[in-house]
Amino acid sequence: MKVTFKVFRFNAETDYLPHYDTIEMDVKEDEVVLDILNRIKWEHDGSFSYRRSCRHGICGSCAVKVNGRSTLACKERMVDMIELFGNELIIEPVSKKRAVKDMVVDKADFWKKYETVKPWLEAEIDEHPSMENIIPPEEAEKLEEADYCIQCGCCYYACPVVEVNEDYLGPAAFEKAYRFTADVRDHAKKERLEIVDILGQGVWDCVKCYECAEACPKEIDPIGKITKLHNQIFEEGVAKSNVATRHAVGFKRSIKKHGILDEGDLVLYSEGFGVVKHMHEAFEMFKKGKIVLPWNMPKSKNLDEIQKLIKSSSTVKF
Amino acid sequence: MSKLRYALYTGCTARESTPELLKSTLAVAKKLDIELVLLDEASCCGASHLQDFDDFLSLVLNARNICYAEKRGLDMVTICNTCQLNTAMTKHRLDSNPELKAKVNEKLEEVGLVYKGTSNVRHFLYALIEDYGLDNLRDKVVKPLSELNIAPFYGCHNIRPSELHHHFNRTKENPYNPTSLEELIEALEGNSVDYWHKNKCCGFHVDLQAPKTSNILTGNALADAYDNNADVMVTPCPLCHLNLDVKQKAATKAVGRELKLPVLHLPQLIGLALGCTPEELGLKHHVTEVPA
Ligand code: SF4
Ligand code: SF4
Ligand code: FES
Repeated sequence: MKVTFKVFRFNAETDYLPHYDTIEMDVKEDEVVLDILNRIKWEHDGSFSYRRSCRHGICGSCAVKVNGRSTLACKERMVDMIELFGNELIIEPVSKKRAVKDMVVDKADFWKKYETVKPWLEAEIDEHPSMENIIPPEEAEKLEEADYCIQCGCCYYACPVVEVNEDYLGPAAFEKAYRFTADVRDHAKKERLEIVDILGQGVWDCVKCYECAEACPKEIDPIGKITKLHNQIFEEGVAKSNVATRHAVGFKRSIKKHGILDEGDLVLYSEGFGVVKHMHEAFEMFKKGKIVLPWNMPKSKNLDEIQKLIKSSSTVKF
Repeated sequence: MSKLRYALYTGCTARESTPELLKSTLAVAKKLDIELVLLDEASCCGASHLQDFDDFLSLVLNARNICYAEKRGLDMVTICNTCQLNTAMTKHRLDSNPELKAKVNEKLEEVGLVYKGTSNVRHFLYALIEDYGLDNLRDKVVKPLSELNIAPFYGCHNIRPSELHHHFNRTKENPYNPTSLEELIEALEGNSVDYWHKNKCCGFHVDLQAPKTSNILTGNALADAYDNNADVMVTPCPLCHLNLDVKQKAATKAVGRELKLPVLHLPQLIGLALGCTPEELGLKHHVTEVPA
């Protein structure tokens, strides 16, 4: 198969702006993206730089983007990339703005955030145990494979909130926090939940775009773990009353009243006094017939059924 | 083709802050002779927030909604990406986990319902493409949109996580390069605008807790479409619409760019090509005005 590659080139020491090299190659059936990176270096330009180590999808160092899709170069088959995007492929580092040399990026911010969630087990361990500390399978299952994370950063660099809010801890750190909050041996559950509960940098700032779930090459579903952290924050009584928590709780409150959501009331309940800042937009919407007034609020048919189910199926209090 | 019939899950937004979405959906269905049976018993899907508070309750309520489509023997269609995701995710979890399904059914039995798993759940966009067919749609066009440069904005919850959506749609959309909206625009003889942000997030779900993030994401998408000569944007998601249309002034401030771009709901765009009147499509309900 003939494929045209556009390859991102940049050297922070000498270049002001990046450029792209266009290289045409014959791609063989069994090649992975890393084979192409190797061939670019060996056959075209020895100065071409990228990271790789294990070649088995376990060290996480070879992450790059192909046509905007994050991937582990050593794991991703070229035929699959060609099937997805055709035979013009753009190879770029996972984050262009963090590029140091070609595919090599500066991951300092990633590791700094990773560290904040205490990515280790906190437990009193007997130095001379008489027997193995065995975790029953059903307890291990609760981790939902969160322990498979290889810190490749694919999710982190795909996350749009990371791009616009430098405080946001991002999916990989949350994934790691969950790996330990779900571990029965860990003693720091509440402490970790408090770390990720902070507005501005924590789990409440996730826009739920599912980019991380799509990007993760280990299929760990980071946003699924973020949802679990939300649940644990409520279950463990860590949740503070603020605009984010009230927003989540407000749905139950509203569904109980009307079945469908009272959108205006939800904003009011979530924001409290802060609601005044929405007045201008609310007025614009009102002018265009986009707001239902409380006395016209529609209700679901068979509302009693919904109310009965809310009563019998609720599992959490706030 | 035998007459298409679906159970329509409207979601809350089409009944409240985007009444024009429900109106235009019904108008388009009428033109295409598709019967939509309203699920008036349905509750809110939780909009991806209720599940953060109480996951089990969210499952029970969403399963109940599907029950009402099943009771009518119809497949469900949705007109909001987030409703689609929540409903589809519930369905997938129950269909693939008999134990969880039994637990949920135990609750539903209290109100005389049982979730079986017999109705498919798809966004109207995919039901149109897959069941009605783009060629048939093309035949119905009376006012081709050839004068319009249209920027498709997909919205996250219809395309990601792709694996989930592939269980429900025959259209295997590539979330990194989705094409269904472009194909639909082409069937309406419009010109689709290619721009980087078409499959990115508008930030709606953090509108209250992180307005700055939300406004920047919205602003970036609008500016990108605008820079690529879009006359109008179209989206299958009313939540994206709320951010992109209603919050355009805030987005303008957030990204420091003058932005003024009409943002249509998908059925409004289709309706224009099918010859529906602006009144039938509720075009006057937009905060960023749609030129006549
Ligand atoms: S779902 Fe949340 S954490 Fe994942 S990429 Fe989107 S914003 Fe980031
Ligand atoms: S969660 Fe997945 S994508 Fe994110 S760092 Fe871990 S392995 Fe990589
Ligand atoms: S080289 Fe280790 S994951 Fe690719």
